[in-house]
Order: sequence, then C-alpha cells, then structure tokens
Amino acid sequence: MKRLIIIVSILISLFISGFVFAEVSMQENPPTPPKAKQGIPAQPVPNPEVAAAASEALKIDTGDTAWMIVATAFVMLMTLPGLALFYGGLAKRKDSLNTMAMSFVTYCVVSFLWVLYGFTFAFGTDIGGIIGSAEKLFLSGVGPNSINDLAKTIPEYVYVVYQLTFAAITVALASGAYIERMKFSAWVLFSILWMTFVYVPVAHWVWGGGFLAKLGALDFAGGTVVHVNAGIAALVGALVLGKRHEAALKPSNLTLVVTGASLLWFGWFGFNAGSAVAANGLAGAAFINTNTAAALAAISWMFTEWMHTKKPTVLGLASGAVAGLVAITPAAGFVNIKGAMIIGILAGIIPYFAVASIKPKLGYDDSLDAFGIHGVGGTLGAILTGIFADPSVNELGKGLLYGNPGQLITQIIAVGVTALYSGVVTFIIFMLLKTFVGLRVEAEHEISGLDESQHGEKAYGF
Amino acid sequence: MKKVEAIIKPFKLDEVKAGLNAIGIMGMTVTEVKGFGRQKGHVEVYRGTEYEVNFLPKIKIEVVVPDSIIDKVVSTIIEKARTGNIGDGKIFISSLEDVIRIRTLEKGETAI
Repeated sequence: MKRLIIIVSILISLFISGFVFAEVSMQENPPTPPKAKQGIPAQPVPNPEVAAAASEALKIDTGDTAWMIVATAFVMLMTLPGLALFYGGLAKRKDSLNTMAMSFVTYCVVSFLWVLYGFTFAFGTDIGGIIGSAEKLFLSGVGPNSINDLAKTIPEYVYVVYQLTFAAITVALASGAYIERMKFSAWVLFSILWMTFVYVPVAHWVWGGGFLAKLGALDFAGGTVVHVNAGIAALVGALVLGKRHEAALKPSNLTLVVTGASLLWFGWFGFNAGSAVAANGLAGAAFINTNTAAALAAISWMFTEWMHTKKPTVLGLASGAVAGLVAITPAAGFVNIKGAMIIGILAGIIPYFAVASIKPKLGYDDSLDAFGIHGVGGTLGAILTGIFADPSVNELGKGLLYGNPGQLITQIIAVGVTALYSGVVTFIIFMLLKTFVGLRVEAEHEISGLDESQHGEKAYGF
Repeated sequence: MKKVEAIIKPFKLDEVKAGLNAIGIMGMTVTEVKGFGRQKGHVEVYRGTEYEVNFLPKIKIEVVVPDSIIDKVVSTIIEKARTGNIGDGKIFISSLEDVIRIRTLEKGETAI
C-alpha cells in the first residue's frame, strides 16, 4: 500500500508538471492543427486521378482496403496466438494455460464490446475533446459503403475491426503483470471495465480527435494509447494484487516464448505499417523503422545482458525485440532510419535495467514485466518521438532535432496524462473488483496452479 | 543377486550403457531424476535476475546382476561415468531377495 501511494503521488506530480509545461508551450507555440490522428496519409498523392477523387468525396481505394484487411489480421495475430504464446511460455508450468486463457478471453470480450459500444465512444464524433458520441452504438449507420473521417480510403467496417484489434491487445498486455495469482472471474470483469473506462477514452483523446490530438501529441501507432496505458495498468494492478507466493520467473516453455515473440514481431508490421491506414510510402517508412528498431533492440538487450549477467539469453533476445517494437510504435511513421536505430538501441538497454535492476529494488511483483517492457518502453518511445520526428518523413511531425522543442514537451504531457488517468482508473477498477468478487485465488490454489484450480485442466499432460 | 542403482551425469548414459552391454548386461531400467549432493545446484538467469536451481537433472540406472559379476559391473560404471569433477554421481548396491519374470514365472538368477 505504501508503495502504491508513492507511485500515485509520482504520477500526480507528473500530471501537474505536465499542465505547467502545457501552459508554457501554448504561449510559445500558436495553436496547431490536430496532428496525432492515425490515418492521415502524409505523403502527397502522386496519382492525379486519385487526388481529384479525394478532393471531390471520400472514395474507397482498393489497394488501401486490401492492405488494411491484411494488416488487421496481422494485429489479431499479435494477441492470438502471439501474446498468448509469449506470456503462456513464460508462465510456470502449472499456470501456463490460465495465462493463455487471459489473452484469449480478452480478445473475445473486446471483440464483442467494441462493435457494441467501444468503437463509437472512441471514434465517434468528438464531444468536448473527452469522448466520442453514441451515434454508432451497435455500429448503427455503418454499412458497406460508409467511410470514417479518420480513414478516408477504406470501408469503415475495416477500420472498426482494425481498431478493435488494438483495443484487444492493449487489455491483454496488462495480464502479464497479474498472472499466477489473479482469479479468472476478476480478470474477465477487469477486461470489460478497463476497455470501457480506460482504453476507450484514451484512444479517443489521442486518435479520435480528443484533447491530446488537439494539443498535437504524436503517437503513430500507440506508444501512449497502447503501451504506456497498458504498462501503467500493469504496474498499478500488480501493486494492488500483491506478490505471488513464489515470485519467480520460471518459464514453462521458452520455445513457445520465442515463437510468440516472433509472431508479435510479424504482427507488429500490421500494427505499425498499418497505422498509415493506407498502402503508401508512409506505411513503408513505418515498416522499415519497425524492423530496424526491433532487430537493434534485440541485439542491444543481448549485449547488455551479456555484460551484466555473463550470458546472452534467448529470453533476452526475445524480450529485447519486443521492447524495441514497443519503443518504435509511437515513432514508426515519424522518424527516419537513424532515429529508428537510436530508439532500437536504447530500447534494449533502458527497459533491461527497468526489469533487471529497478524492479527487484522497488519490490513490486510484475510477473512478466508488462510495466518494465511496455510502460517503460512506451514512455521511452513517446519521448524520443518528440526528439527524432523528421518532417521529411512525415510533415505532421517535427521533433526537437528539427527545431521544434515544444514537441518534446507535448509528448511528455501526453505520456503524463495517459499514465495518470490509466493509473487512477485502474486502481478504482481493482478496488471495485476486490470488494465485489475478490482479486486473488486461494493460497492453496495458487501453489497447486491456476490451470487446475481455475479451469480444471493441465497445459502439459505428461 | 545384487541391485545396482547408479546416479550419473546425463551425458554419460550412452557410454555407461555401451560399457554394460559389452560385459553382458542386456537389460536395465533408466529414469530421469533430479536431486542434489555436493554439487549443490546451479544458477539460471531470466531477465537479468538469477534463480538458484537446487535440483539438478541426473540419470538413474538400475540393473540387477548375479553376485559373481558385481565387481565388474561396478568398475565398468565407474570407468565410464567418471569425469573427475564434482557431480559425477553415486552407486548404491543392495542385496536382492528374488526376481520373477512375469511371462514365464521363472525365478532367481534365470529371471534376470
């Protein structure tokens, strides 16, 4: 509890300093048009025919549509099976299935709620910069011919599912901090509540035309919305849940971890390159930046670990790649290749020490380092985007190195606001769950394993 | 009859088996086991944190032999399983009352 208070007070001070900076930066910079939306093709359209059509009315582009359907399926692959394998392999032998079940059930729950009300509150017409309108409940008004203003060349149906896959993985990411002790029923309820009260508003603020978008925060594919958001939820949840009886990382199957991490990497091309919401040069930039950062982060994590503990572990390579993917996420469509390299290298070092040194010192039990990798990596990426955003890659983003120091401050504000909101609301959700359903399984069941106590099954029948 | 239980390093199994086959031992039972002795355990590192693993994987070989060749069996196992390093394992020898071959109901040394 004491630690929780400390963390919350740190978040509050971040938030306050964020507002102070906000005022300063607003005085310095004249209001800029919203920049942070996904789906604004930044490249000039070369084909005059297409350009003419775009100026007349919104028109579905078959190339963009084909790519976005594929990209959506890529992102789905990140949760199932990517994250489920990555987390399931890292969990202890007796908790492996339960860990996979958390990702699986979340994907299903979010899939349902997103079409019910998630999409409209996140991406409906903006109300006061805070939330979307309820006009598209049950996707009413969305048909084969409708197009969303945020994705002007693809059918709205495709955009709905694309955004759905982001919502699902964000919730599922947090589970990594809670595994091996949380009741499955509490997790299912958490999925519902957290998607509704945390993910949906934050996605609206940054991508749906809310106040962070208006402030000019850059987040290409979800550094704040997905990774900082889920990372802070992971930290707060881990603190409220408390330590496991055996707070050790004992991977049940590292081959599954490698498989899962590789599928995450593959799916991330849909996540980042897909965030151009078009099959164009910007998607290409995001593609190559994503791959470069992931590869360099894996290498730099490996060397950091090699020096620190004398062994280049396979888990280190996989973790480094994921950290690199996380850090490049907000930057993918804004930085040039040099920026991607620096982000990748730092993503293999800073999250490593967050996981290997800072976590043991602070003593919180983030089982699979959802905070250490996603919270820290996401924050790192969001801040570095404010430094390395290169207007020749994407005219919407101009960072510190290109003469716009205000961008860095805007990025810090966006991270601070997201972290504070996610932290506070996650805490409230956990307290509600603790009161009404209970958070943890019985000690006996925790020791015998959650696979058996929660599901009546075993991951390995030998 | 004697029952010989040898705990050895896993990578020495093939050599020990070949050695025993060469002196006429045609059957044995092999189990993957875990335990510790003077070698204590070893350390595994996951995400920069070291975890002590107290139980090390070993191989247990069980063979039942006539009293007449027990010395040869033991010396063969020692010769093949020995590396000279800590953790080479141990050999336990005990007297055995009887052996029964289930198929034929033979008893004693003929059933081995």
